[in-house]
Amino acid sequence: MTVTDARTDAYVDDDRAHHRFRVHRSTMTSPDVFALEIERIFGRCWLYVGHESEIRERGDYVRRPIANRQVFMVRSRSGQVKVFHNTCPHRGATICRKDAGNAKVFQCFYHAWSFDTEGSLVGVPDREAYGDGLDFSALGLRSVARVESYRGFVFACFDPDVVGLVEYLAGAAEYLDLIVDATGDAEIISGTNAYAIDANWKLLAENSIDGYHAVPTHDTYFKYLTALGTSLAGGVAGTATGLGNGHAVLEYRAPWGRPVAKWEPLFGEDAREEIDRLRADLVGRHGEERAARMADTNRNLLIYPNLVVNDIMAITVRTFMPVSAERMEVTAWELAPRDELPELRQRRLDSFLTFLGPGGFATPDDIEALESCQQGFRSGGVEWNDISRGMARDVPQTNDEEQMRAFWRQWASHMAGDL
Amino acid sequence: MITRAEVEDFLYREAELLDDWDLDGWLALWTDDARYVVPCNDAPDGDPSRDLVLIDDNALRLASRVERLNSRKAHREYPHSTTSHQVSNVRLRAMEGDELPVVAEFTVWRFRGERSTTYVGRSTYRLRIVDGELRIRSKRAVLAMGSLRQVADVAIIL
Repeated sequence: MTVTDARTDAYVDDDRAHHRFRVHRSTMTSPDVFALEIERIFGRCWLYVGHESEIRERGDYVRRPIANRQVFMVRSRSGQVKVFHNTCPHRGATICRKDAGNAKVFQCFYHAWSFDTEGSLVGVPDREAYGDGLDFSALGLRSVARVESYRGFVFACFDPDVVGLVEYLAGAAEYLDLIVDATGDAEIISGTNAYAIDANWKLLAENSIDGYHAVPTHDTYFKYLTALGTSLAGGVAGTATGLGNGHAVLEYRAPWGRPVAKWEPLFGEDAREEIDRLRADLVGRHGEERAARMADTNRNLLIYPNLVVNDIMAITVRTFMPVSAERMEVTAWELAPRDELPELRQRRLDSFLTFLGPGGFATPDDIEALESCQQGFRSGGVEWNDISRGMARDVPQTNDEEQMRAFWRQWASHMAGDL
Repeated sequence: MITRAEVEDFLYREAELLDDWDLDGWLALWTDDARYVVPCNDAPDGDPSRDLVLIDDNALRLASRVERLNSRKAHREYPHSTTSHQVSNVRLRAMEGDELPVVAEFTVWRFRGERSTTYVGRSTYRLRIVDGELRIRSKRAVLAMGSLRQVADVAIIL
């Protein structure tokens, strides 16, 4: 896709003849760019809301901010997944005032209008005061314009004219399939990582699929693994692939253990047999080749613009929202097989926590890197970031930057208003 | 009989070691079967064997955490923050076997660069006497903040 808009040309310089790809740093600092992103990207893309396992029973609900708007997701009386704007159609107060729970009826505390889980207005005090002319059926909770779910992942879009979710996900759908098929009956487990980074949101999109930074930035984590007997000799060889519509994936050999289903010394000798059994089960269900891919390789999947599903030492689902050009809020969960055996769950949690999360051995250093970049931009003197690594290669490697270029090309098209 | 004054002196000693970044000295306060847990903000009763928590360190991981923070390659904490660990409202519960449960409120101030952040919460300790000295068998620090949005991370030890 050729970017013709002069303004976005000034943001992304995609010079294939010279194998040079540059992004202007104003994309990371400008309030004008941020305002346009909210309109053209967050107003028009499918955005992750939550996972169906979070609202398993009818009446279960969770409150979520998406694109800085309060919405809530509820399993309706008829079993459908609904995502409503969190505002009373009467005079505006928020309807859902707890982060999670179960309700048959949502009652606005301000004037006591009440709504069922389908969104219909079912109670208005002193209804006779309104006479016969007013159409109460038009005063139900307002659904977000589009709501669809893929393999348990619920997305919403504020643009009624957006393409269907499956078409939007493009090549990313296959990777969600791989993760969900390997997990079986998956659930988001209790406990949320809700933190914030004083950096532009696109820095985390880049970082989440950046193989190049892993070894230098996360030296202490690799030392920890080595000390416990994990061999890193095999490296992290693999590929980086654009999946269409700005989505991208890194797929690479796991140097660390994976709860499904690759043993490592960290898991302990006792675990060997169980892991072998898990693996045999995967082979039985999916065949040797697909099972090996599920068990032995990591996937860092970016679903444009702001969902990351990292199937690495455990599975993390992470979404991030810009609150300004220089700050984002990050929310992350862990996805795991439901009703997992306690010892397997413990191992998965151990595996997750050593690397991931705001108290882990790696995530804090990523936060530092991103904030450090943002501070660096403020220093000035350098106008462009260089994202050219691997551009001259036919098959980009994991530690190349092709996957980031896929993200940025889509970003430039959106910002130019082409999409 | 362990007195509250003895426990307070011990907790103040712990706070001082953390604020002085004498993490090896701090690690020596723990028993061999140590457990240091920080639950997620939205699941304060989270069970680290089943639920996602922020930190769940056994003795091995606690030692690794200290080694990491001492290494100059824990980038979030190099250079180190200046911290002030404040402990108050110390309550001793009834002995359970050879362990003394202690509940205390904490405030940890953290200053780094231009940023000032504060962690507020409640710690539940289980203390044990080892060779005549108080030692920490477990510490569970439950944050009062609804999320980590204001503090970004838990890269320091609470």
